[in-house]
Amino acid sequence: MKIFLTILIILIVAIYIFPLFWMVSSSFKTRVEIFSMPPKFFNFEVTFKNFRRVFYKIAGWGKFAKEVPSEFPRALLNSSIITILSTLLAVTLGTLSGYAFSRFEIPGKSDLLFFILSTRMLPAMVIVVPVFIMYKTLGLFNTYLGMVILYTVFNLSFSVWMMKGFMDEIPKEYEEAAMCDGYTRFQAFRKIILPQTYAGIAATAVFCGIMAWNEYVFALILTSEETKTVPPTIAGNVLKTTGVNWGEVAAASLIFLAPVLIFTFLVRKHLLRGVTFGTIKG
Amino acid sequence: MKTKMLSDRGIALLFILPTILILVFIVVYPLIWSLFLSFTDYSVVGTEKPHFIGIKNFANILKDEYIWLHFQNTAKYVIMAIAIQFFLGLGIALLLNREFAGRGILLTLVLSPMMLSPIVVGLFWRYILDANWGVLNYFTSLIGLPKIAWLGEKEMAMYALVIVDTWMWTPFMILISLAGLSAVPKELYEAAEVDRASTWFKFRHITLPLIAPLLLVGLLFRTMDAFRMFDLAWGLTQGGPGTATSTISIALYRMAFQNFETGKACAFAYIILILIIGMSNIYIRFLNRLQKRGG
Repeated sequence: MKIFLTILIILIVAIYIFPLFWMVSSSFKTRVEIFSMPPKFFNFEVTFKNFRRVFYKIAGWGKFAKEVPSEFPRALLNSSIITILSTLLAVTLGTLSGYAFSRFEIPGKSDLLFFILSTRMLPAMVIVVPVFIMYKTLGLFNTYLGMVILYTVFNLSFSVWMMKGFMDEIPKEYEEAAMCDGYTRFQAFRKIILPQTYAGIAATAVFCGIMAWNEYVFALILTSEETKTVPPTIAGNVLKTTGVNWGEVAAASLIFLAPVLIFTFLVRKHLLRGVTFGTIKG
Repeated sequence: MKTKMLSDRGIALLFILPTILILVFIVVYPLIWSLFLSFTDYSVVGTEKPHFIGIKNFANILKDEYIWLHFQNTAKYVIMAIAIQFFLGLGIALLLNREFAGRGILLTLVLSPMMLSPIVVGLFWRYILDANWGVLNYFTSLIGLPKIAWLGEKEMAMYALVIVDTWMWTPFMILISLAGLSAVPKELYEAAEVDRASTWFKFRHITLPLIAPLLLVGLLFRTMDAFRMFDLAWGLTQGGPGTATSTISIALYRMAFQNFETGKACAFAYIILILIIGMSNIYIRFLNRLQKRGG
Protein backbone atom coordinates (compact mmCIF):
# COMPACT_ATOMS: atom_id res chain seq x y z
CA MET A 1 0.00 0.00 0.00
CA LYS A 2 2.72 2.41 1.01
CA ILE A 3 4.76 1.67 -2.12
CA PHE A 4 1.69 2.14 -4.26
CA LEU A 5 1.02 5.57 -2.71
CA THR A 6 4.65 6.58 -3.15
CA ILE A 7 4.54 5.64 -6.84
CA LEU A 8 1.30 7.58 -7.25
CA ILE A 9 2.80 10.68 -5.65
CA ILE A 10 5.90 10.44 -7.84
CA LEU A 11 3.70 10.08 -10.91
CA ILE A 12 1.61 13.15 -10.08
CA VAL A 13 4.68 15.27 -9.33
CA ALA A 14 6.23 14.07 -12.61
CA ILE A 15 3.13 15.03 -14.62
CA TYR A 16 3.16 18.45 -13.00
CA ILE A 17 6.81 19.11 -13.56
CA PHE A 18 7.06 17.64 -17.04
CA PRO A 19 5.80 20.64 -19.08
CA LEU A 20 8.30 22.88 -17.27
CA PHE A 21 11.07 20.34 -17.80
CA TRP A 22 10.07 20.18 -21.46
CA MET A 23 10.30 23.95 -21.75
CA VAL A 24 13.80 23.93 -20.24
CA SER A 25 15.06 21.10 -22.43
CA SER A 26 13.47 22.53 -25.61
CA SER A 27 15.16 25.85 -25.03
CA PHE A 28 18.56 24.15 -25.32
CA LYS A 29 17.75 22.10 -28.45
CA THR A 30 18.68 22.73 -32.04
CA ARG A 31 15.93 23.29 -34.59
CA VAL A 32 16.29 19.72 -35.84
CA GLU A 33 16.05 18.14 -32.42
CA ILE A 34 13.02 20.23 -31.46
CA PHE A 35 11.07 18.37 -34.13
CA SER A 36 12.67 14.95 -33.74
CA MET A 37 10.35 12.01 -33.28
CA PRO A 38 10.69 10.13 -30.98
CA PRO A 39 11.42 13.20 -28.88
CA LYS A 40 14.81 13.52 -27.22
CA PHE A 41 14.58 13.88 -23.47
CA PHE A 42 18.18 13.99 -22.30
CA ASN A 43 20.45 12.77 -25.10
CA PHE A 44 20.50 15.92 -27.21
CA GLU A 45 23.23 18.30 -28.18
CA VAL A 46 23.05 21.39 -25.94
CA THR A 47 22.96 24.72 -27.78
CA PHE A 48 22.61 28.26 -26.49
CA LYS A 49 21.60 29.60 -29.88
CA ASN A 50 17.92 29.89 -28.95
CA PHE A 51 18.76 32.29 -26.15
CA ARG A 52 20.90 34.35 -28.51
CA ARG A 53 18.02 34.44 -31.02
CA VAL A 54 15.69 35.75 -28.31
CA PHE A 55 17.83 38.86 -28.02
CA TYR A 56 19.22 39.11 -31.56
CA LYS A 57 17.18 38.25 -34.61
CA ILE A 58 18.40 37.73 -38.14
CA ALA A 59 17.57 40.50 -40.59
CA GLY A 60 17.93 40.08 -44.35
CA TRP A 61 18.66 36.99 -46.41
CA GLY A 62 21.66 35.20 -47.80
CA LYS A 63 24.92 37.11 -47.58
CA PHE A 64 23.13 40.25 -46.41
CA ALA A 65 21.85 38.48 -43.31
CA LYS A 66 23.04 40.04 -40.09
CA GLU A 67 22.13 40.02 -36.44
CA VAL A 68 20.10 42.93 -35.15
CA PRO A 69 18.65 43.40 -31.65
CA SER A 70 15.15 41.92 -31.36
CA GLU A 71 12.18 43.58 -29.65
CA PHE A 72 12.50 41.22 -26.67
CA PRO A 73 14.97 43.20 -24.52
CA ARG A 74 12.80 46.29 -24.89
CA ALA A 75 9.72 44.26 -23.91
CA LEU A 76 11.58 42.92 -20.88
CA LEU A 77 12.48 46.45 -19.87
CA ASN A 78 8.88 47.63 -20.40
CA SER A 79 7.51 44.76 -18.36
CA SER A 80 9.95 45.52 -15.54
CA ILE A 81 9.20 49.25 -15.46
CA ILE A 82 5.43 48.80 -15.53
CA THR A 83 5.47 45.93 -13.03
CA ILE A 84 7.71 47.66 -10.49
CA LEU A 85 5.98 51.05 -10.57
CA SER A 86 2.44 49.67 -10.51
CA THR A 87 3.32 47.26 -7.70
CA LEU A 88 4.80 50.08 -5.61
CA LEU A 89 1.69 52.17 -6.11
CA ALA A 90 -0.81 49.38 -5.54
CA VAL A 91 0.92 48.23 -2.36
CA THR A 92 1.27 51.77 -0.98
CA LEU A 93 -2.39 52.60 -1.56
CA GLY A 94 -3.42 49.14 -0.39
CA THR A 95 -1.44 49.44 2.85
CA LEU A 96 -2.98 52.81 3.70
CA SER A 97 -6.52 51.73 2.84
CA GLY A 98 -6.04 48.36 4.46
CA TYR A 99 -5.03 50.06 7.70
CA ALA A 100 -7.98 52.46 7.61
CA PHE A 101 -10.43 49.64 6.88
CA SER A 102 -8.93 47.55 9.64
CA ARG A 103 -8.95 50.20 12.36
CA PHE A 104 -11.59 52.86 11.82
CA GLU A 105 -15.36 52.95 11.91
CA ILE A 106 -16.22 54.02 8.40
CA PRO A 107 -19.80 54.54 7.29
CA GLY A 108 -20.77 51.88 4.77
CA LYS A 109 -17.49 50.03 5.37
CA SER A 110 -18.55 46.57 4.21
CA ASP A 111 -20.24 48.03 1.11
CA LEU A 112 -17.07 49.93 0.25
CA LEU A 113 -14.92 46.84 0.77
CA PHE A 114 -17.16 44.80 -1.49
CA PHE A 115 -17.23 47.55 -4.08
CA ILE A 116 -13.44 47.35 -4.09
CA LEU A 117 -13.53 43.56 -4.39
CA SER A 118 -16.12 43.68 -7.16
CA THR A 119 -13.79 45.71 -9.38
CA ARG A 120 -11.64 42.59 -9.50
CA MET A 121 -14.50 40.30 -10.48
CA LEU A 122 -15.01 42.14 -13.75
CA PRO A 123 -13.63 40.35 -16.78
CA ALA A 124 -10.65 42.29 -18.15
CA MET A 125 -12.25 42.13 -21.59
CA VAL A 126 -15.33 44.01 -20.33
CA ILE A 127 -13.29 46.83 -18.79
CA VAL A 128 -10.83 47.14 -21.62
CA VAL A 129 -13.36 48.30 -24.23
CA PRO A 130 -14.31 51.55 -22.46
CA VAL A 131 -10.79 52.03 -21.08
CA PHE A 132 -9.45 51.78 -24.63
CA ILE A 133 -11.75 54.61 -25.75
CA MET A 134 -10.89 56.70 -22.69
CA TYR A 135 -7.14 56.18 -23.11
CA LYS A 136 -7.33 57.15 -26.79
CA THR A 137 -9.10 60.38 -25.83
CA LEU A 138 -6.79 61.23 -22.94
CA GLY A 139 -3.60 60.35 -24.79
CA LEU A 140 -2.80 57.55 -22.32
CA PHE A 141 -2.84 54.85 -25.00
CA ASN A 142 0.58 53.24 -25.40
CA THR A 143 2.19 55.15 -22.52
CA TYR A 144 3.95 53.95 -19.37
CA LEU A 145 1.71 56.20 -17.30
CA GLY A 146 -1.44 54.62 -18.73
CA MET A 147 -0.21 51.08 -18.15
CA VAL A 148 1.07 51.85 -14.63
CA ILE A 149 -2.29 53.37 -13.65
CA LEU A 150 -4.16 50.44 -15.14
CA TYR A 151 -2.07 47.77 -13.43
CA THR A 152 -2.27 49.68 -10.16
CA VAL A 153 -6.07 49.56 -10.39
CA PHE A 154 -5.94 45.95 -11.52
CA ASN A 155 -4.06 45.03 -8.31
CA LEU A 156 -5.59 47.54 -5.94
CA SER A 157 -8.55 45.50 -4.71
CA PHE A 158 -6.25 42.57 -4.04
CA SER A 159 -3.75 44.74 -2.21
CA VAL A 160 -6.42 46.39 -0.02
CA TRP A 161 -7.94 43.05 0.98
CA MET A 162 -4.58 41.40 1.64
CA MET A 163 -3.27 44.30 3.73
CA LYS A 164 -6.51 44.59 5.69
CA GLY A 165 -6.09 40.90 6.53
CA PHE A 166 -2.53 41.43 7.77
CA MET A 167 -3.48 44.55 9.74
CA ASP A 168 -6.39 42.72 11.38
CA GLU A 169 -3.89 40.30 12.87
CA ILE A 170 -2.05 43.01 14.80
CA PRO A 171 -3.75 43.73 18.16
CA LYS A 172 -5.30 47.18 18.45
CA GLU A 173 -3.66 47.48 21.89
CA TYR A 174 -0.26 48.09 20.24
CA GLU A 175 -1.09 51.49 18.89
CA GLU A 176 -3.40 52.31 21.81
CA ALA A 177 -0.42 51.86 24.12
CA ALA A 178 1.73 54.00 21.85
CA MET A 179 -0.88 56.72 21.76
CA CYS A 180 -1.01 56.69 25.56
CA ASP A 181 2.73 57.39 25.44
CA GLY A 182 2.06 60.52 23.42
CA TYR A 183 2.30 59.24 19.86
CA THR A 184 -0.19 60.66 17.42
CA ARG A 185 -2.30 58.19 15.45
CA PHE A 186 -0.12 58.76 12.39
CA GLN A 187 3.12 58.18 14.30
CA ALA A 188 1.67 55.05 15.86
CA PHE A 189 0.82 53.77 12.39
CA ARG A 190 4.22 54.59 10.96
CA LYS A 191 6.45 53.54 13.84
CA ILE A 192 4.51 50.70 15.47
CA ILE A 193 2.15 49.11 12.96
CA LEU A 194 4.03 49.46 9.70
CA PRO A 195 7.19 47.63 10.86
CA GLN A 196 4.96 44.74 12.03
CA THR A 197 3.52 44.30 8.56
CA TYR A 198 6.73 44.33 6.52
CA ALA A 199 6.46 40.60 5.81
CA GLY A 200 2.84 41.02 4.78
CA ILE A 201 3.69 43.98 2.56
CA ALA A 202 6.46 41.97 0.91
CA ALA A 203 4.14 39.04 0.23
CA THR A 204 1.43 41.33 -1.14
CA ALA A 205 3.97 43.05 -3.36
CA VAL A 206 5.18 39.73 -4.77
CA PHE A 207 1.63 38.69 -5.69
CA CYS A 208 0.86 42.08 -7.23
CA GLY A 209 4.11 41.95 -9.14
CA ILE A 210 3.44 38.48 -10.51
CA MET A 211 -0.07 39.46 -11.61
CA ALA A 212 1.14 42.59 -13.38
CA TRP A 213 4.06 40.70 -14.96
CA ASN A 214 1.72 37.98 -16.30
CA GLU A 215 -1.07 40.25 -17.53
CA TYR A 216 -1.95 39.93 -21.20
CA VAL A 217 -5.36 41.40 -22.19
CA PHE A 218 -4.69 45.04 -21.24
CA ALA A 219 -1.18 44.88 -22.64
CA LEU A 220 -2.42 43.40 -25.92
CA ILE A 221 -4.96 46.15 -26.50
CA LEU A 222 -3.46 49.21 -24.83
CA THR A 223 0.19 49.01 -25.84
CA SER A 224 1.98 49.29 -29.13
CA GLU A 225 5.66 49.03 -30.03
CA GLU A 226 7.09 51.47 -27.47
CA THR A 227 5.47 50.11 -24.32
CA LYS A 228 4.68 46.53 -25.33
CA THR A 229 5.35 44.08 -22.50
CA VAL A 230 6.65 40.50 -22.78
CA PRO A 231 3.35 38.51 -22.93
CA PRO A 232 2.02 40.17 -26.11
CA THR A 233 5.53 40.05 -27.59
CA ILE A 234 5.87 36.28 -27.16
CA ALA A 235 2.24 35.77 -28.24
CA GLY A 236 2.80 37.88 -31.36
CA ASN A 237 5.85 35.80 -32.27
CA VAL A 238 3.89 32.56 -32.02
CA LEU A 239 0.48 33.59 -33.34
CA LYS A 240 1.67 35.67 -36.28
CA THR A 241 4.29 33.36 -37.73
CA THR A 242 4.03 30.06 -39.54
CA GLY A 243 6.67 27.46 -38.76
CA VAL A 244 7.24 28.65 -35.20
CA ASN A 245 10.71 27.91 -33.84
CA TRP A 246 9.69 26.34 -30.56
CA GLY A 247 13.24 26.38 -29.21
CA GLU A 248 13.25 30.17 -29.32
CA VAL A 249 9.73 30.36 -27.87
CA ALA A 250 10.80 28.04 -25.05
CA ALA A 251 13.90 30.16 -24.37
CA ALA A 252 11.92 33.41 -24.29
CA SER A 253 9.20 31.84 -22.12
CA LEU A 254 11.81 30.47 -19.75
CA ILE A 255 13.46 33.86 -19.30
CA PHE A 256 10.01 35.32 -18.68
CA LEU A 257 8.76 32.62 -16.29
CA ALA A 258 11.94 32.15 -14.23
CA PRO A 259 11.41 35.20 -11.98
CA VAL A 260 7.83 34.10 -11.32
CA LEU A 261 8.99 30.64 -10.24
CA ILE A 262 11.62 32.14 -7.95
CA PHE A 263 9.16 34.55 -6.34
CA THR A 264 6.52 31.84 -6.01
CA PHE A 265 9.05 29.84 -4.05
CA LEU A 266 9.73 32.84 -1.81
CA VAL A 267 6.05 33.38 -0.95
CA ARG A 268 5.11 29.70 -0.75
CA LYS A 269 3.94 30.10 2.86
CA HIS A 270 1.48 32.79 1.79
CA LEU A 271 0.19 31.06 -1.35
CA LEU A 272 -3.20 30.15 0.07
CA ARG A 273 -3.77 33.64 1.34
CA GLY A 274 -2.60 35.13 -1.91
CA VAL A 275 -4.89 33.16 -4.18
CA THR A 276 -7.96 33.74 -1.99
CA PHE A 277 -7.62 37.49 -1.54
CA GLY A 278 -6.52 37.13 2.08
CA THR A 279 -9.89 35.67 3.01
CA ILE A 280 -8.40 32.33 4.01
CA LYS A 281 -5.36 32.52 6.25
CA GLY A 282 -2.89 29.72 5.70
CA MET B 1 4.08 68.22 10.65
CA LYS B 2 0.59 68.76 9.40
CA THR B 3 -0.45 65.15 9.84
CA LYS B 4 -0.11 65.54 13.60
CA MET B 5 -3.23 67.63 13.57
CA LEU B 6 -5.28 65.01 11.79
CA SER B 7 -8.07 63.31 13.66
CA ASP B 8 -8.80 59.63 13.16
CA ARG B 9 -11.53 60.66 10.78
CA GLY B 10 -9.11 62.73 8.75
CA ILE B 11 -6.59 59.91 8.53
CA ALA B 12 -9.27 57.43 7.52
CA LEU B 13 -10.33 59.74 4.72
CA LEU B 14 -6.76 60.46 3.65
CA PHE B 15 -5.93 56.75 3.54
CA ILE B 16 -9.04 55.57 1.71
CA LEU B 17 -9.84 58.39 -0.68
CA PRO B 18 -6.99 57.81 -3.18
CA THR B 19 -8.02 54.17 -3.56
CA ILE B 20 -11.67 55.02 -4.15
CA LEU B 21 -10.87 57.87 -6.54
CA ILE B 22 -8.57 55.84 -8.75
CA LEU B 23 -11.10 52.99 -8.88
CA VAL B 24 -13.87 55.40 -9.85
CA PHE B 25 -11.66 56.98 -12.50
CA ILE B 26 -10.53 53.73 -14.16
CA VAL B 27 -13.47 51.40 -13.50
CA VAL B 28 -16.69 53.26 -12.81
CA TYR B 29 -16.34 56.17 -15.20
CA PRO B 30 -15.53 54.04 -18.27
CA LEU B 31 -18.38 51.71 -17.39
CA ILE B 32 -20.84 54.62 -17.40
CA TRP B 33 -19.40 55.79 -20.70
CA SER B 34 -19.74 52.34 -22.23
CA LEU B 35 -23.34 52.06 -20.97
CA PHE B 36 -24.06 55.12 -23.07
CA LEU B 37 -22.21 53.67 -26.08
CA SER B 38 -24.09 50.38 -25.81
CA PHE B 39 -27.20 52.20 -27.05
CA THR B 40 -25.37 53.60 -30.08
CA ASP B 41 -23.86 52.38 -33.35
CA TYR B 42 -20.43 53.79 -32.47
CA SER B 43 -17.23 52.37 -33.92
CA VAL B 44 -13.77 53.50 -32.78
CA VAL B 45 -12.37 53.25 -36.30
CA GLY B 46 -15.23 55.17 -37.90
CA THR B 47 -15.33 58.94 -38.30
CA GLU B 48 -19.04 59.20 -37.49
CA LYS B 49 -20.35 60.40 -34.16
CA PRO B 50 -22.34 57.84 -32.16
CA HIS B 51 -26.01 57.62 -33.18
CA PHE B 52 -28.62 56.58 -30.66
CA ILE B 53 -30.25 53.34 -31.79
CA GLY B 54 -32.12 52.29 -28.65
CA ILE B 55 -31.88 48.69 -27.49
CA LYS B 56 -31.09 47.37 -30.97
CA ASN B 57 -27.59 46.16 -29.93
CA PHE B 58 -28.96 44.19 -26.99
CA ALA B 59 -31.78 42.74 -29.06
CA ASN B 60 -29.40 41.71 -31.85
CA ILE B 61 -27.03 39.99 -29.46
CA LEU B 62 -29.74 38.09 -27.62
CA LYS B 63 -31.24 36.94 -30.94
CA ASP B 64 -27.87 35.95 -32.42
CA GLU B 65 -27.42 32.17 -32.52
CA TYR B 66 -23.74 32.66 -33.22
CA ILE B 67 -23.26 34.44 -29.91
CA TRP B 68 -25.36 31.81 -28.16
CA LEU B 69 -22.80 29.29 -29.41
CA HIS B 70 -20.09 31.11 -27.42
CA PHE B 71 -22.15 30.85 -24.27
CA GLN B 72 -22.53 27.12 -24.88
CA ASN B 73 -18.76 26.74 -25.40
CA THR B 74 -18.08 28.65 -22.20
CA ALA B 75 -20.54 26.54 -20.22
CA LYS B 76 -19.09 23.31 -21.63
CA TYR B 77 -15.56 24.37 -20.75
CA VAL B 78 -16.43 25.72 -17.29
CA ILE B 79 -18.39 22.64 -16.24
CA MET B 80 -15.86 20.10 -17.51
CA ALA B 81 -12.80 21.93 -16.21
CA ILE B 82 -14.22 22.75 -12.79
CA ALA B 83 -15.61 19.27 -12.16
CA ILE B 84 -12.33 17.55 -13.07
CA GLN B 85 -10.23 20.02 -11.09
CA PHE B 86 -12.44 19.68 -8.05
CA PHE B 87 -12.19 15.91 -7.77
CA LEU B 88 -8.59 15.70 -8.91
CA GLY B 89 -7.59 18.49 -6.53
CA LEU B 90 -9.29 16.84 -3.57
CA GLY B 91 -7.85 13.44 -4.48
CA ILE B 92 -4.29 14.71 -4.81
CA ALA B 93 -4.66 16.70 -1.59
CA LEU B 94 -5.74 13.56 0.28
CA LEU B 95 -2.69 11.83 -1.16
CA LEU B 96 -0.27 14.62 -0.25
CA ASN B 97 -1.74 15.20 3.20
CA ARG B 98 0.98 13.20 4.93
CA GLU B 99 4.57 13.69 5.93
CA PHE B 100 7.25 12.55 3.49
CA ALA B 101 10.75 13.59 2.56
CA GLY B 102 10.96 16.73 0.41
CA ARG B 103 7.25 17.48 0.79
CA GLY B 104 7.73 21.26 0.98
CA ILE B 105 9.68 21.63 -2.24
CA LEU B 106 7.60 19.08 -4.15
CA LEU B 107 4.40 20.81 -3.09
CA THR B 108 5.71 24.18 -4.23
CA LEU B 109 6.63 22.67 -7.61
CA VAL B 110 3.21 21.09 -8.03
CA LEU B 111 1.49 24.34 -7.06
CA SER B 112 3.60 26.61 -9.28
CA PRO B 113 1.65 26.31 -12.59
CA MET B 114 -1.15 28.50 -11.29
CA MET B 115 1.28 31.37 -10.80
CA LEU B 116 2.47 31.33 -14.41
CA SER B 117 1.30 33.59 -17.19
CA PRO B 118 -1.76 31.89 -18.77
CA ILE B 119 -0.98 33.20 -22.26
CA VAL B 120 2.55 31.79 -22.19
CA VAL B 121 1.27 28.48 -20.80
CA GLY B 122 -1.31 28.30 -23.60
CA LEU B 123 1.28 29.08 -26.25
CA PHE B 124 3.80 26.52 -25.06
CA TRP B 125 1.18 23.77 -24.79
CA ARG B 126 0.61 24.20 -28.54
CA TYR B 127 4.00 22.58 -28.95
CA ILE B 128 3.30 19.81 -26.43
CA LEU B 129 -0.06 19.02 -28.06
CA ASP B 130 1.13 19.24 -31.67
CA ALA B 131 -0.23 16.37 -33.77
CA ASN B 132 3.08 15.45 -35.41
CA TRP B 133 5.93 16.30 -33.07
CA GLY B 134 4.03 16.94 -29.86
CA VAL B 135 5.36 15.04 -26.88
CA LEU B 136 1.87 14.14 -25.61
CA ASN B 137 1.07 12.16 -28.75
CA TYR B 138 4.41 10.42 -28.33
CA PHE B 139 3.44 9.31 -24.81
CA THR B 140 -0.01 8.15 -25.90
CA SER B 141 1.50 6.26 -28.84
CA LEU B 142 3.64 4.32 -26.34
CA ILE B 143 0.46 2.78 -24.95
CA GLY B 144 -0.82 2.10 -28.45
CA LEU B 145 -3.19 5.01 -29.00
CA PRO B 146 -3.41 6.61 -32.46
CA LYS B 147 -2.15 10.13 -33.11
CA ILE B 148 -4.66 12.76 -32.08
CA ALA B 149 -4.91 16.17 -33.74
CA TRP B 150 -5.55 17.84 -30.37
CA LEU B 151 -5.81 21.35 -31.71
CA GLY B 152 -7.00 20.51 -35.22
CA GLU B 153 -10.29 18.75 -34.51
CA LYS B 154 -13.29 20.53 -33.07
CA GLU B 155 -14.16 17.95 -30.43
CA MET B 156 -10.54 17.43 -29.38
CA ALA B 157 -9.70 21.13 -29.14
CA MET B 158 -12.23 21.54 -26.33
CA TYR B 159 -10.70 18.58 -24.48
CA ALA B 160 -7.24 20.02 -25.08
CA LEU B 161 -8.33 23.30 -23.53
CA VAL B 162 -9.75 21.45 -20.52
CA ILE B 163 -6.54 19.41 -20.17
CA VAL B 164 -4.30 22.48 -20.15
CA ASP B 165 -6.64 24.35 -17.83
CA THR B 166 -6.63 21.35 -15.53
CA TRP B 167 -2.84 21.25 -15.50
CA MET B 168 -2.72 24.91 -14.65
CA TRP B 169 -5.56 25.19 -12.12
CA THR B 170 -5.86 21.88 -10.28
CA PRO B 171 -3.07 23.21 -8.00
CA PHE B 172 -5.53 25.82 -6.79
CA MET B 173 -7.98 23.13 -5.68
CA ILE B 174 -5.11 21.10 -4.18
CA LEU B 175 -4.04 24.12 -2.14
CA ILE B 176 -7.57 24.82 -0.90
CA SER B 177 -8.24 21.16 -0.11
CA LEU B 178 -4.94 20.80 1.75
CA ALA B 179 -5.75 23.85 3.87
CA GLY B 180 -9.07 22.27 4.77
CA LEU B 181 -7.56 18.89 5.53
CA SER B 182 -4.82 20.25 7.77
CA ALA B 183 -7.45 22.04 9.87
CA VAL B 184 -9.35 18.87 10.75
CA PRO B 185 -8.61 18.03 14.42
CA LYS B 186 -6.68 14.76 14.73
CA GLU B 187 -8.67 13.78 17.84
CA LEU B 188 -11.75 13.22 15.71
CA TYR B 189 -9.98 10.53 13.71
CA GLU B 190 -8.60 8.96 16.87
CA ALA B 191 -12.09 8.80 18.34
CA ALA B 192 -13.41 7.22 15.15
CA GLU B 193 -10.53 4.75 15.23
CA VAL B 194 -11.64 3.57 18.68
CA ASP B 195 -15.05 2.85 17.17
CA ARG B 196 -13.33 0.99 14.29
CA ALA B 197 -14.83 3.25 11.68
CA SER B 198 -13.94 2.49 8.06
CA THR B 199 -11.78 4.86 6.01
CA TRP B 200 -14.79 5.81 3.89
CA PHE B 201 -16.90 6.45 7.00
CA LYS B 202 -14.21 8.73 8.41
CA PHE B 203 -13.94 10.62 5.13
CA ARG B 204 -17.69 10.91 4.67
CA HIS B 205 -18.65 11.85 8.23
CA ILE B 206 -15.58 13.65 9.60
CA THR B 207 -13.43 15.05 6.80
CA LEU B 208 -16.01 16.07 4.23
CA PRO B 209 -18.37 18.10 6.46
CA LEU B 210 -15.41 19.99 7.92
CA ILE B 211 -13.73 20.87 4.63
CA ALA B 212 -16.93 21.47 2.64
CA PRO B 213 -17.12 25.26 3.24
CA LEU B 214 -13.54 25.74 2.06
CA LEU B 215 -14.07 23.54 -0.98
CA LEU B 216 -17.09 25.65 -1.86
CA VAL B 217 -14.99 28.82 -1.71
CA GLY B 218 -12.48 27.18 -4.02
CA LEU B 219 -15.21 26.16 -6.44
CA LEU B 220 -16.65 29.68 -6.51
CA PHE B 221 -13.25 31.24 -7.15
CA ARG B 222 -12.56 28.82 -9.97
CA THR B 223 -16.00 29.23 -11.55
CA MET B 224 -15.70 33.01 -11.67
CA ASP B 225 -12.21 32.78 -13.10
CA ALA B 226 -13.07 30.16 -15.69
CA PHE B 227 -16.18 32.03 -16.79
CA ARG B 228 -14.18 35.07 -17.87
CA MET B 229 -11.06 33.22 -19.06
CA PHE B 230 -9.41 34.62 -22.19
CA ASP B 231 -5.61 34.30 -22.14
CA LEU B 232 -5.23 30.55 -21.94
CA ALA B 233 -7.71 29.77 -24.74
CA TRP B 234 -6.34 32.58 -26.87
CA GLY B 235 -2.80 31.27 -26.51
CA LEU B 236 -3.78 27.68 -27.12
CA THR B 237 -6.40 27.81 -29.88
CA GLN B 238 -7.45 31.42 -30.49
CA GLY B 239 -10.97 30.02 -30.21
CA GLY B 240 -10.46 27.57 -33.05
CA PRO B 241 -10.72 25.44 -34.99
CA GLY B 242 -13.69 27.40 -36.29
CA THR B 243 -15.48 28.46 -33.13
CA ALA B 244 -14.99 25.16 -31.27
CA THR B 245 -13.22 26.71 -28.27
CA SER B 246 -14.37 30.28 -28.66
CA THR B 247 -15.52 31.50 -25.23
CA ILE B 248 -17.54 34.64 -24.54
CA SER B 249 -14.36 36.61 -23.79
CA ILE B 250 -12.94 35.64 -27.17
CA ALA B 251 -16.21 36.55 -28.91
CA LEU B 252 -16.14 39.93 -27.18
CA TYR B 253 -12.53 40.51 -28.21
CA ARG B 254 -13.29 39.75 -31.85
CA MET B 255 -16.37 41.97 -31.83
CA ALA B 256 -14.60 44.90 -30.22
CA PHE B 257 -11.08 44.76 -31.65
CA GLN B 258 -11.29 42.83 -34.91
CA ASN B 259 -14.71 43.93 -36.25
CA PHE B 260 -14.60 47.23 -34.32
CA GLU B 261 -18.32 47.11 -33.57
CA THR B 262 -17.71 49.20 -30.48
CA GLY B 263 -21.32 50.00 -29.61
CA LYS B 264 -22.41 46.40 -29.98
CA ALA B 265 -19.37 45.20 -28.02
CA CYS B 266 -20.29 47.54 -25.16
CA ALA B 267 -23.78 46.04 -25.11
CA PHE B 268 -22.31 42.53 -25.11
CA ALA B 269 -19.93 43.52 -22.33
CA TYR B 270 -22.90 44.71 -20.29
CA ILE B 271 -24.75 41.43 -20.76
CA ILE B 272 -21.66 39.57 -19.51
CA LEU B 273 -21.33 42.07 -16.69
CA ILE B 274 -24.88 41.42 -15.48
CA LEU B 275 -24.18 37.69 -15.44
CA ILE B 276 -20.94 38.27 -13.52
CA ILE B 277 -22.66 40.54 -11.01
CA GLY B 278 -25.27 37.85 -10.42
CA MET B 279 -22.58 35.25 -9.86
CA SER B 280 -20.33 37.41 -7.72
CA ASN B 281 -23.25 38.37 -5.52
CA ILE B 282 -23.70 34.77 -4.52
CA TYR B 283 -19.98 34.51 -4.04
CA ILE B 284 -19.54 37.70 -2.04
CA ARG B 285 -22.44 36.83 0.25
CA PHE B 286 -20.79 33.51 0.89
CA LEU B 287 -17.39 35.05 1.65
CA ASN B 288 -19.05 37.51 3.97
CA ARG B 289 -20.67 34.72 5.94
CA LEU B 290 -17.43 32.81 6.10
CA GLN B 291 -15.49 35.82 7.34
CA LYS B 292 -18.03 36.51 10.06
CA ARG B 293 -17.74 32.95 11.23
CA GLY B 294 -13.94 33.05 11.14
CA GLY B 295 -13.96 36.31 13.09
